[in-house]
Amino acid sequence: MIFSKDSWKEIFDTIKKNKLRTFLSGFTVAIGIFIFIVLFGFGNGLQNSFAEFFVDDKVNTIRIYPSSTTLPYRGYESNRRIEFTNQDLIEIKENFNNEVEDIVVRNTFYNQIKYKEKSNQYQVRAVSPGHREAENTILMSGRYLHEGDIEQRKKYAVIGRLVAQDLFDGKDPIGEYIFGSDHSWRVIGVFQDEGGDREERMLYVPYTAMQEIQKNSDKINQMIVIYNAEMTYDESLLLEKKLEMYIKNKKVISPDDNRGVYISNTGEQLENSNNFASVLQIVVTFIGIGTLIAGIIGISNIMVFVVKERTKELGIRKAIGATPNSIILMILQESIFITTISGYAGLITAMITLKIIGNNLQEKYFISNPYIASSDALFATLILILFGAIAGYIPARKAANIKPIIALRDK
Amino acid sequence: MIEIKDLNKSYVMGKNSLHVLKGINLKIKEGELVAIMGSSGSGKSTLLNIIGMLDNYDTGSYHLDNVTIKDLDETKAAKYRNKFLGFVFQSFNLINYKTAIENIALPLYYQGIASKERQTIALDYLDKVGLKDWAGHLPSELSGGQKQRVAIARALASKPKVLLADEPTGALDSVTSDEVMELIIQINKEGKTILVVTHEQEVANMCNRIITLKDGVIMTDVKTK
Repeated sequence: MIFSKDSWKEIFDTIKKNKLRTFLSGFTVAIGIFIFIVLFGFGNGLQNSFAEFFVDDKVNTIRIYPSSTTLPYRGYESNRRIEFTNQDLIEIKENFNNEVEDIVVRNTFYNQIKYKEKSNQYQVRAVSPGHREAENTILMSGRYLHEGDIEQRKKYAVIGRLVAQDLFDGKDPIGEYIFGSDHSWRVIGVFQDEGGDREERMLYVPYTAMQEIQKNSDKINQMIVIYNAEMTYDESLLLEKKLEMYIKNKKVISPDDNRGVYISNTGEQLENSNNFASVLQIVVTFIGIGTLIAGIIGISNIMVFVVKERTKELGIRKAIGATPNSIILMILQESIFITTISGYAGLITAMITLKIIGNNLQEKYFISNPYIASSDALFATLILILFGAIAGYIPARKAANIKPIIALRDK
Repeated sequence: MIEIKDLNKSYVMGKNSLHVLKGINLKIKEGELVAIMGSSGSGKSTLLNIIGMLDNYDTGSYHLDNVTIKDLDETKAAKYRNKFLGFVFQSFNLINYKTAIENIALPLYYQGIASKERQTIALDYLDKVGLKDWAGHLPSELSGGQKQRVAIARALASKPKVLLADEPTGALDSVTSDEVMELIIQINKEGKTILVVTHEQEVANMCNRIITLKDGVIMTDVKTK
C-alpha cells in the first residue's frame, strides 16, 4: 500500500494540480544545492589557483643573497658591502656536501638584446646548470646549459618563449646569434615556465661567460641551495641556520646582524602557504555548511507552509477515512519526491555551471578549474533531502493528529 | 443501528467547564431519516460529531451497528469512519484541486479499491446525483447545489451504514435546498440510515423523525410519518 502504484498516482496528481506549491518547494531545494555546489566549487578553484602559484619553483631551496652589514664587527665598520665569489661557492659546497644536492649561481642583469633589426630589454640570468631544477624551467626545444658550457665559458643563451616570440617572429631561434652586452650569444634552447609571462621574458647564460666579459669578475650575486628533498621542514630550518652561521663567520658578519647576508627558505614559504591554504579550506567549508543550513531552513519553512496550507484538505481526507499514518506517508513521499528531483536538477545545473565557468575567472578572480568532488555534491544533496523529509515530517505528524473537526472548522 | 445511553460531554476551557451534552439517550433504527434540531449552542453539532467519531465523549455509551465506539485512537477512528460513515458538511468540504469524480473516488482510495473500479463506482454515484456530465469539473466550476450533491455522492460511495449531514442546506437557497433534501429522502428510501442536523423547520419536516435538543438535553422526540 505504501509505495503502491496508486499512492504514486495520488501524489503525481497532487503535484500536477498544485504547481506553484511544488515549484516553490522544489525551487528552494534546487537553489540551495546550486548555491552550495557553486560556492564550494569556487572555494576549491581558489585553492587550485593558490596551489598553482607555489608549484612553479622548486620548494626545497634556500636562497642566499649578500647585502650590506648594519653592525660594526671585529674591526670592520658597519655598512660594509658583502660579496660572494666563486671561491666562496666552492667552499660552501665542500662544507655542506652531505646535506646539499647543489648550489646554484644566479647573477641577474638587465640587458638590451638584439637580433637583426629587433631589440628589447630583457632580464638576463647568468646561472649554473642546476638553475634549471631550482626554477622548474621547462625546455621547449634545443638544450639547457650544462657543466661543459660553464667550464669553457661558452657564450650560449637559453631564451624564454616570449623572447623567441618577440625577436624571431616564428623563425626557429636555435643556432641563431643574438647580440647583448657587446657580445654575440648563440641560442641553444628555448624554454617555458609556469611562473607566468615575466618568467618567460628572460635569458639564461653561463655565469662564467658573463663573469668573463665583466672584466673577469668572480662575483656571485645570489646562491640557491638545493637541499635533499627528503629533509623535513625542521631539518631544513636547521640547515638554514647552519648556513647562516657559516657564512656570517666566513664573511666576518656579526651574528646579531640581521643584514649582511639574507637567507630565505622556500620550505618556510611553503609552510606558510600551506597554513594559508588550510585557512582557505576552513573558510570554504564554513561557507558550504552555511549555505547548506540556509537551504535546510528554506526547505523547512516551505514544508511548514505547505502542510499548514493543506490542513483543511488533510482534515477532509481524515473525515473520509484516511489514517494518520497514510497522511504522514503521503506528505513525506511527496516532499521526498520533489526534493530528490529538484535536488538532482540543482546538482546537475550547478555542475554544468562550474564546467562552463571553467577557467574563465582565473585571470581576474584567481578561481581556476572550480570543481566539487561528486561525493561531496551527492552528500550535500542527500543531506538536503533528509532534512527536507524531517522538516516535512514534523508538521505532517502534527497535521495528521489534528482532529478532523478542528481541521474542518469553517472560517 | 445507533444506540446511545446517558451520554455526557463537557468542554474544558481554562478553569471553566462547559457541559454541552447532559445525559443523552437515543436509539436510531436502520433506515430511519432523523432530523436533529436545536438552536445554536444546544449541542446538536457536538452530538453529530460524537456519532461521526470526529469527537470523543466523556461518559455513557455509544454503539454503532453493535460496535462499541469509545476512546478510539485516530487510526481506528479513521478506519471506522471509512467503514461506517459518510459525511455531508454545510461547507461541502470538497478538495478543491480534485475534480468531482476524483473527490467521490477518494474514500474508495482509502478503502484500498483499485483505480479502475474506483472510477466506475464514482461515476455511478455521480450519475445517481444527476451530475454525470460534470465528472471532470473542479468544485470551483460547480454551483452550491451541485457541490453538495457531489459531497453526498462522495459520502455514499464508501457504502456507509449511516449518512451524517451537518446543516446540508445551510449554505444553499431554498430551491436548491429542496433539491438536496429530495435527494436525501430518495437515498433514505433506498434504505440508508440518515441523520440530518438542521435549524430549519422546513428541512426537519421532510424527515420522518425530529429530535429537538435544548441546552444539552433532548426536549422532544417526534415521529412525523
